[in-house]
Amino acid sequence: MADPILAMQNITKIYPNGFVANRNISFSCRKGSIHALLGENGAGKTTLMKILFGLLTPEEGHIFLNGKPIVFKDPLDAISHGVGMVHQHFMLVDELSIAENIVLGKEPLKHGLFDMNQAIAITAELAGKYNFEINPKALVGDCTVGVKQKIEILKALLRGAEILILDEPTAVLTPQETKELFVELKKLRDMGHTIVFISHKLNEVKELCDEFTVLRAGRTVAVGNVGDYTEQQISNMMVGRDVELTIKKDRPDARKQPVVTVRGLSCTSHTGKKLLNEVSFTLYRSRVLGVAGVEGNGQTQLGELMTGLREIIHGDVQVDGVSLKGKNVRAIRALGVSNISEDRMTYGCAPMLTVEENIIADRYFTGAYSKGIRLDRAAIRRDVDRLIREFKVDCPARDALAGMLSGGNIQKAIVAREFTSNAKVIVANQPTRGIDVGSTEFIRNQLVKLAREKEVAVLLISADLTEVLEVSDSIIVMSGGEITAYFENAGAVDEMELGNYMLGVKRMSKEEIGRAVK
Amino acid sequence: MFAQFFTGDYLIDFFYSIIRMSTPLIYCAMGALISKQAGAINMALEGIMLTASLTAVIFSAMTHTVIFGLIGAVAGGMFISFILAYMHLVKQSELVLTGIALNTMASGGTVYLLFLLTGEKGTSRLLNSLVVPKWNIPVLKDIPVLGQILSGHNALTYLAYLFALLTYILVFKSRTGLRIRAVGLNPDAAASVGINVNKIKFQAFLYSGLFASLGGAFMSMGYLSNFSRDMIAGRGFIGISAANLADGQVLGSLLASLGFGSAEAVSITLATLNMQAELVRMIPYLATVIGLVIMSAQKQAKARRRQGDF
Repeated sequence: MADPILAMQNITKIYPNGFVANRNISFSCRKGSIHALLGENGAGKTTLMKILFGLLTPEEGHIFLNGKPIVFKDPLDAISHGVGMVHQHFMLVDELSIAENIVLGKEPLKHGLFDMNQAIAITAELAGKYNFEINPKALVGDCTVGVKQKIEILKALLRGAEILILDEPTAVLTPQETKELFVELKKLRDMGHTIVFISHKLNEVKELCDEFTVLRAGRTVAVGNVGDYTEQQISNMMVGRDVELTIKKDRPDARKQPVVTVRGLSCTSHTGKKLLNEVSFTLYRSRVLGVAGVEGNGQTQLGELMTGLREIIHGDVQVDGVSLKGKNVRAIRALGVSNISEDRMTYGCAPMLTVEENIIADRYFTGAYSKGIRLDRAAIRRDVDRLIREFKVDCPARDALAGMLSGGNIQKAIVAREFTSNAKVIVANQPTRGIDVGSTEFIRNQLVKLAREKEVAVLLISADLTEVLEVSDSIIVMSGGEITAYFENAGAVDEMELGNYMLGVKRMSKEEIGRAVK
Repeated sequence: MFAQFFTGDYLIDFFYSIIRMSTPLIYCAMGALISKQAGAINMALEGIMLTASLTAVIFSAMTHTVIFGLIGAVAGGMFISFILAYMHLVKQSELVLTGIALNTMASGGTVYLLFLLTGEKGTSRLLNSLVVPKWNIPVLKDIPVLGQILSGHNALTYLAYLFALLTYILVFKSRTGLRIRAVGLNPDAAASVGINVNKIKFQAFLYSGLFASLGGAFMSMGYLSNFSRDMIAGRGFIGISAANLADGQVLGSLLASLGFGSAEAVSITLATLNMQAELVRMIPYLATVIGLVIMSAQKQAKARRRQGDF
């Protein structure tokens, strides 16, 4: 590539727990181009960017800016060298005006005091130069997400950013805002700025970007001009993998007995963005329904709505004909719904309580563990010890703090609770994310066992395609808060095909998706 | 006996004492406001004021100069504020607990210091300390009623309003103020543009201590002419409440201070009318609690309305 303005060469990053996040990755971008950095969750994009900004130190590799080797101390050092990042989470003060936010840290002065008029003038001039339509006097808190993003970009530009890195900028935008952003980004490129666009959305990459780099499982797998490839080809590069099906499971019972019906479920973020749009499907006894999709496409909300962590406003979820509407978490659990939350340390366990207390958290009040007004310690000890053995929770003692265990063992303790609550339904959201191989395999096997032997209806939400393909009987794919595909027989699904639906390249017809309900 | 209250002289005295009683509250509220804007309210203001009121007396007695008395007050108060800032920001101690510890320390420490210097534990009457002079405002003092109410106050009373203006300029018009507010509202955003969050908070604590110290000085160099143990009597906390009631705004804090000052004036006036002293003394504190409850209820109602938008 001719004169790369930024080049990262042979970057290798190994985390202390032995996980190799980046394996000899090379990444470079040309001045005045928009470069897409593509890859699934866990492909190594975030690690690579953290290394660029000095937040992580790589084991191997070098970074070159304008051909000269460089190491940034922190993001502030990077911005002083003209490399700016726009995060998904905005670094803005809502209660201050746009102008104040933009000049913060390099405020204009007049007679020793802050010069608001000058700040407004600077902001207006900057916005004018790049054709951004904003009102410098408006309060940031009153702005839409799209405008906030523009403010972040302007902040970086005011500090002299030549290279702008945008981390999934469209994830929070409406389609109209996305369109506007693209016009502005193209203008920036034409003015000589370089943009790195991190994304999953291939149609956007196709529309906006000049070149791309694909990361997969910590390696660079492809570099090329966007124009030379179809979305289909790029999608295959992103998800291509060897799927090892190691879990044995019998064919599901041919009779389909509905347990949970989800109908027309929708929800909206407080900024008005649709997070979930008219989602309908049915869970059957003894079967596992997998939900495949890139994270952040409505799966979190789906999980929360089905377990009482979020109020159902549009649509309905019924368990054996009983609606979950207006019910609290305990009432929903009493109906036989178990939940493995994706947010392990917040909803899954109480890190400052013991393993024992965490395991009985959903049953201490049932009477089985009470002696008068006191807890029946002997009964608790007996059952907890049995569960710790059964679920292979590796902990020093039952009264060790849950937070002191490794991720895999915390998850096994949670599973020990959730899988033994005599549930009719289990909602398992990213049950094996970030945990070791052994625990992962154990939990996947347990999920299958529970469905087949205890006749539980399982909803498995996972961004890990291998997991979805291995464990599920049927699969739905979610993209942009909607179901975009339904596969009756998970065994017959090709992961490339799945990737196309996950990344929004393809979409099934209404009739085909409607089969998820029957 | 209430009829007596509404006669001219009583009313003039009453309004005069509102202004007088509000003075330490205004200084303290301004100090609390600055720290509140920085996102870490100065919980040691009570102890800061108490320490300042003692060091004011000591310095003025040693130097026989009023201005050195004030400088001594500021030095004493800012020293306590510095300890709080250092402990909380550098040594990461819990803010509220550290504040309580410093307030307790000031309560005992001032008596100890007083005992070392004078051999007495109650007041500093043996120290030959000075008072800040009263100012009679020309022209105004000759206007009947109004002149009697507004003129003839301690110089620190008039300066309190100047300091309120200074607070406004510092917090809302200066670069430091913009940074203080940014740090208080979203420290991550401030840090992301290279602002040293801890340094800004440290500065805010020191300003906070400076302003409140003058309130302490007023207590022992104006309100009374010497130091007496625990003479702040909760005024530091009332000042914090005033700044909280006004949500960190200057004019609101000023008005809230005058409000709480009025409650103290009522309490004093009623005490002279042979009302039961214990009951009457409760009024300023009761007013504070009621004020805080009303504000909290309003905030909750607002939050509920906002949630309804979802």
